[in-house]
Amino acid sequence: MTDPHADRQDPLLRITGLVIDYRAGRRRWTPAVRGATLHVGPGEFVSLVGESGSGKTTLVQGALGLLPESARIRAGSIAYSGVDVTGWNDRRMALVRGNYVGFIPQDPNTSLNPVKKIGRQVIEAVRFNEPEARDAAQHRQAALDSMRTAGLKDAERVFHHYPHELSGGMKQRALIAIALAGKPKIIVADEPTSALDVTVQKVILDHLVRLREELGIGILLVTHDLGVALDRSDRILVMRDGEIVEEGPVRRVLENAADDYTRRLLDAAPARHSGRLEPASGPRPLPGREVLRARGLTKTYRLRGRGPRRELRALDGADLVVREGATHAIVGESGAGKSTLASILAGFASPDSGTVHLGDRELTGLSRRRLREVRRDLQFVFQNPFTSLDPRFTVSEIVAEPLRAFGLARGRRERTARVTELLKAVALDEEHLHRLPGQLSGGQRQRVAIARALAPNPRILVLDEAVSALDVSVQAQILRLLVDLQAEYGLSYVFVTHDLGVVRLIADDVSVMKDGVVVETGPVEQVFRSPRHDYTRQLLEAIPGAGLAVAGAR
Amino acid sequence: MLRYLALKIGRALFVVWAAFSLTFVLLFVLPADPVDLLFDPAEVNAVPPEVREQVAAGYGFDRPVILQYLTRLGHALTGDFGTSVQSGRPVVPTILDVLPSTLLLAAGALALALVIAFVIALAATSARRAWVRDLVEALPSGAVSVPVFLSGILMLQIFSFRLGWFPAFGDRGARSLVLPLITLAIPVSGPIAQLLVRSFATEFRSGYVTTSWAKGATRGGIIVRDVFRNAGLPALTIAGITFGNLIAGSVITETVFARQGVGRMTQAAINTLDVPLVQGTVVLVAAGFALINLIVDLIYPLLDPRLRAALATGRAA
Repeated sequence: MTDPHADRQDPLLRITGLVIDYRAGRRRWTPAVRGATLHVGPGEFVSLVGESGSGKTTLVQGALGLLPESARIRAGSIAYSGVDVTGWNDRRMALVRGNYVGFIPQDPNTSLNPVKKIGRQVIEAVRFNEPEARDAAQHRQAALDSMRTAGLKDAERVFHHYPHELSGGMKQRALIAIALAGKPKIIVADEPTSALDVTVQKVILDHLVRLREELGIGILLVTHDLGVALDRSDRILVMRDGEIVEEGPVRRVLENAADDYTRRLLDAAPARHSGRLEPASGPRPLPGREVLRARGLTKTYRLRGRGPRRELRALDGADLVVREGATHAIVGESGAGKSTLASILAGFASPDSGTVHLGDRELTGLSRRRLREVRRDLQFVFQNPFTSLDPRFTVSEIVAEPLRAFGLARGRRERTARVTELLKAVALDEEHLHRLPGQLSGGQRQRVAIARALAPNPRILVLDEAVSALDVSVQAQILRLLVDLQAEYGLSYVFVTHDLGVVRLIADDVSVMKDGVVVETGPVEQVFRSPRHDYTRQLLEAIPGAGLAVAGAR
Repeated sequence: MLRYLALKIGRALFVVWAAFSLTFVLLFVLPADPVDLLFDPAEVNAVPPEVREQVAAGYGFDRPVILQYLTRLGHALTGDFGTSVQSGRPVVPTILDVLPSTLLLAAGALALALVIAFVIALAATSARRAWVRDLVEALPSGAVSVPVFLSGILMLQIFSFRLGWFPAFGDRGARSLVLPLITLAIPVSGPIAQLLVRSFATEFRSGYVTTSWAKGATRGGIIVRDVFRNAGLPALTIAGITFGNLIAGSVITETVFARQGVGRMTQAAINTLDVPLVQGTVVLVAAGFALINLIVDLIYPLLDPRLRAALATGRAA
């Protein structure tokens, strides 16, 4: 590892026929990676794309020697610059990690030690990877340099901060600084921006590209987002069920994908579609009159804070109009107030001032009993189908719960009939009736959540990031389902999302939020084609997959 | 910060007051005739009525309950819990006499328990082989499930009667402290070790540990530099439970090893129905309990920067 001149022909990282198994029981193993082969050369930006469960993270862990104990490498080899490190123990791998290969983890919020200052954590990375001992001042200087290279402009200030005092983007930069501190030749980044907002994502990824150009390091980016991969990579690898099914330069993959799965993945990417999804049943009805109107909603949370008053304006005079049979998307980054707005619309929270009208009925200030009646018309679908369903209820119990609560179906038989009908509406069948949520996939769970929301025959569904936790191909199916259901039942949707690609697919109207204020609102085509507000423009530019849209339009 | 401090101190005072009031109700109000409790149970029937009345008047039992309560509370505030029925000495000096010996035993046992717990947690975390780890992790539940009187007697059998290394009882010299210390430390270390093993394992799997691996750190380095502090914090939170275990354990340990101390005194006071002494001890233990939890609450922010930040800006809440 210490001799970089061993062989100039060898790529920085070469993985050959790697097979990784997970222990499934006594002497039973399930393969997670089945014979993966890849290489990354100096100065090359390679992306590894796959959906959850494809084995991409296991592959990366294998490459770094960070596999959990329940996993083993059964076959294949991992070589850095021609040096085979397969099966090296922790002590020897410690010499490779940090100073030959740097790693940028997925979630910046959990990947820094909460009780240590950033500076100390970067200095450690410098110190571990130094051939000759130097004094503390030099370490400090090297750490500061690394932080500046990672794009932390006021490195001196950040140096003395604890992780919780920094934003997500700054934490990710600190982690990049740690990865760079050992002066690695290759950086492996596992979903480095999945936990970040789109605009921050763009800045971080652009920075990685610049690092590659300036320092000549190789980059292996692992991501679930094809758009992210296509925008910046030299080469793309698509992984599915532990195998690499597609490999090639971006242009070729885009224009002429060899594998069927890759083509499906490309088609599922929201950026590929330029217009709105049409329901399967035919043209959708034109949006009707207003069904939901919010005016001047304000909500202030009191923060624990120094001084006489420190408050967070989550909503600052937000207006919103939802038309019958139409979808109104609310977009914005974290902290924009989208979720607060959604929960006020659904009656989970009450505004400090402002009103919400459902038809001609004012919701704000209704008594609990009255609000309960209104809830029949206004249902909510939550973001995470893994936590929003009671794990001890069967599917049929989950869907029947609102029927029972509102006294909508008399008798057991009628209720079962209604539940079956609802499951059919979301494309699940009777065999799912008695399953528990734990036995369903993410997409199936979200279908159950939608069936539950539809149970009381609502007029409006509020969907809070309802597809964000799902893989792109599943996401595409759910979006299609939502569009079909809308046409069939004449539903109105309030669709909260951070993903502008999805907005284009499903929404008629859109409101862009920033810091609790609606900065722009209007029909989707108009807002997307000629955004009036700077922030909208910024958001639109940050959508990954511009290349996809071009290729899709051909 | 001031608000936090006031809140925590207020809570501690409340606990002590509640302990006093509760024992007052249990010991002085609920018994049919509290005077009965003031005499040796064997001689109660032989006491002439005049004497009883005299005693009742002396203790103020003939006055309304609320007045009795206020008088006792007033005296307690000045450190006067009355006099022990058995010895006739004031309660406070009686307790203070035996307190140092118990404090020594408890503090020593606590320190030893912490060492045992951390050693177990560190050993379990740094073990590479699964069976070694499983074995080490099984130790704490073993420690909890052995009753103090059993391990105490066992240790007496082996180390003092058979081997004669340590004296069997008494409280003179450091050597007499060894066996009680170990006896008391083992059960106390159990829950702490269980908690630590779990939190070490959780922290060892967390994201920042992966970051450290990727930096090029070694296993030992990661455990010492990253995991130790994050995983050690939760041990503080069960200091309250630990204190309870120490007191309960000291009653038995002091009895088994015939040592002087609060535990043995309490046991004797309960046996002889020495009501003022029992109340004094209960309030003392409650005060100790409140004090420990107060100290923990005050130390926590020093160790966890996140909490510190919340406090520094926490006045408007």
